[in-house]
Amino acid sequence: MSHGAGGKASRRLVEGLFAPLLLSSGSSEKLADAAHIEIGGATVAFTTDSFVVHPLRFPGGSIGELAVNGTVNDLAVSGARAHSMVVTFVLEEGLASSVLEAEVRAMSDALRRAGVTMVGGDTKVVERGKADGMYITTAGIGSPISGIHVDARTVRVGDRVLLSGPIGDHGITILLARADLDLEADLYSDTRSVLPMVEAMAAQAAPGIRWMRDPTRGGLATSLNELARDCGLSVELNEEAIPMRDEVRGACELLGLDPLHIANEGQFVAIVSPEFADIALNAIQMADGGDNACIIGQIRQEPANTVVVNTRYGGTRIVDMLVGDPLPRIC
Amino acid sequence: MCLAIPGKIVEIAEGQNEVGIVEVTGVRRKVQLGLLSDDMPVKGDWVLIHVGFAMSKISEFDAAEQMRLLSMLGDIDQAMEEVRGYGTDDNRSETTSIPESWRRPN
Amino acid sequence: MRFVDEFRDPELITRASEEIRRLADPTRHYRIMEVCGGHTHAIYRFGLKDILPENIELIHGPGCPVCVLPMGRIDDGLTIAHEPDRIFAAFGDMMRVPGAKGSPLEHKARGCDVRIVYSPADALEIAKKNPDKEVMFFAIGFETTAPSTALTLMSAKKQGIKNFTVFCNHVTIVPAIRAILDSPDMRLDGFIGPGHVSTVIGCRPYEWIARNEGKPVVTSGFEPLDLLQSIVMLLRQLGAGEARVENQYKRVVPWEGNRAALKVMAEVFELRPYFEWRGLGFISQSALRIRDTYADWDAERRYSVPETRVADPKSAQCGEVLKGVLKPAQCKLFGKECTPEHPIGALMVSSEGSCAAYYNYEHRKSLVTTISAVA
Repeated sequence: MSHGAGGKASRRLVEGLFAPLLLSSGSSEKLADAAHIEIGGATVAFTTDSFVVHPLRFPGGSIGELAVNGTVNDLAVSGARAHSMVVTFVLEEGLASSVLEAEVRAMSDALRRAGVTMVGGDTKVVERGKADGMYITTAGIGSPISGIHVDARTVRVGDRVLLSGPIGDHGITILLARADLDLEADLYSDTRSVLPMVEAMAAQAAPGIRWMRDPTRGGLATSLNELARDCGLSVELNEEAIPMRDEVRGACELLGLDPLHIANEGQFVAIVSPEFADIALNAIQMADGGDNACIIGQIRQEPANTVVVNTRYGGTRIVDMLVGDPLPRIC
Repeated sequence: MCLAIPGKIVEIAEGQNEVGIVEVTGVRRKVQLGLLSDDMPVKGDWVLIHVGFAMSKISEFDAAEQMRLLSMLGDIDQAMEEVRGYGTDDNRSETTSIPESWRRPN
Repeated sequence: MRFVDEFRDPELITRASEEIRRLADPTRHYRIMEVCGGHTHAIYRFGLKDILPENIELIHGPGCPVCVLPMGRIDDGLTIAHEPDRIFAAFGDMMRVPGAKGSPLEHKARGCDVRIVYSPADALEIAKKNPDKEVMFFAIGFETTAPSTALTLMSAKKQGIKNFTVFCNHVTIVPAIRAILDSPDMRLDGFIGPGHVSTVIGCRPYEWIARNEGKPVVTSGFEPLDLLQSIVMLLRQLGAGEARVENQYKRVVPWEGNRAALKVMAEVFELRPYFEWRGLGFISQSALRIRDTYADWDAERRYSVPETRVADPKSAQCGEVLKGVLKPAQCKLFGKECTPEHPIGALMVSSEGSCAAYYNYEHRKSLVTTISAVA
């Protein structure tokens, strides 16, 4: 199970098994959120993602919305504007048609908001007891946003770490929606397309954008650890600067979870050169939904391949990738 | 076995007053109050919560007292005097800086 | 967050750390043990080691109930849970702890119905909602948690809920501290005393440490200012050649403890003659079992328990690390065969186990060349 959680085990599965056997290059080195490939002289961006969230509906969204936004976002942070999508549904036998209809409507709304068309799809039904109601996979194709070139190898010491908004909303909302922990809060999933913010940033600061990612499963810590490893440098974060809603903080304190490991579905993190950092930040803040964007850290030389957090009290701690699923603790 | 955090009682369940709802920065949870049966908390009290049970009432007086001591660290003489007030006999020194309403009734 | 944020005030932390530097005798090397795993976790989480002077060494104690649980008990619990109509419920802390045949999560992958609960009361709720299943709550914890399990059992009895049992692994803290002090390799100057255990048992149970062993004990809260203030109080005692029990965590810990909690514990539990602790061996009168009056809710009586005894792998040095004799990095398996991803022992899994904390902080910290210093 931990292979799907987004952290270390997932990475090993990709690097150790999928990449050598499935990828043309044989290595996962150049794997990003979306692949940019050339077909007949034109460059297209291409990606896929699957959604197995449970419960299917939760405050702030549903699986259908996640499926659309998730793929739009993977394309966006690879520096591409989503154009079209295909979808496959794996449905559990006995799923109420009203449930399916609700998700299809949700997807249709999300597509319209994102300006993306659905051009095809497939449906399969499996026996009762499988598929947790519904699994959705989407694959999206888009065109590169001019001026953006996303590559971890271009990251330099002194670059700034930009974050689009508060972390933890989605993961904690899901945890609370599962009802096993009997917690209630006024929290909603942050699922949304980050494309408008990315485009706004690109319009003003494209030459300064080195790298981007949407910190979904495994949270901010996992995404930034991947970056640190890919660029061989150190990502230094200032704890005080990382935005978080009180309710997320309260739930994490109550359950003993680290907010840096909690999934987000409507945020992105960008590494921007110092010359363009303030311009980029400003541009995001002016865009729809970007008002909570901020600079949360910078790139340093040492310690290599590591994410370090400066605590408020002059201490530092090292944050690793997520190991397994975030589990509430009482100790 | 240590993770316990402060929360405010925002509701006491009707009838079975061994259950309440506690709130921690906007997150609400059912809390069992049976371990505080000697001195039942009321709505508005702060309690320490561990695995869904209230373990202890939080004394605002003692919290404020502690903050006062901490902000005086470095003012040696006065601090030494205060520290002798800690220890086995749980007495509190008379000061004027703590609001009356926070003193525990004796 | 009220009663939390004010105890993380950076300015006051600076003050406290300055006072510590002033009080610490430069010619002395202080060895202070924090007993509670929660304190270990807090020390690393807030980077407090960076704030303390070099001559104050914090040694991690065995106060992590997950870490001291012998592997065999986990196997026993999971064996009971493997029947089709059984549900195994436990805290999140237990889920990745390895037994000889795998962790609870691994058993879940093999079809065992394993559920995470935040509270023993939630486990009872699961039993109520699933009358055709038998729910077994795998109880762990020191005296902080035992009263909650006790109250839950009383509730189960009162409501006549028959499909609920507890597999009891509650242990008591004082015998663990005694075992540390009895250890010939251990030289300690004082203790940062358990914080939340003390809300139940109070401060009196530690008086023998001060009186008989001559070591000061300060029961401490878990915020940075609590821990720093406790160290200030310990240094003051050590400087004056004193050894007393002091209560730093006054806002929450009553000197006499929680009478109601002690009462429910006594009603439901009794002391086992002996219990095996990982790393510390068999200790008498150190663990709780369910009384005859609650026998119907005792998993060990309802089900046959294999009494699996699993020795830790020979090369694993969990015991010595638990006692504070070895630093985690000194264990031969540390960072190689034993990492948070593939842990050999619970100390690497539990978020407050010394090995996990050390791995995530100290081990890679040695690479950090720029550490922001305080004052």
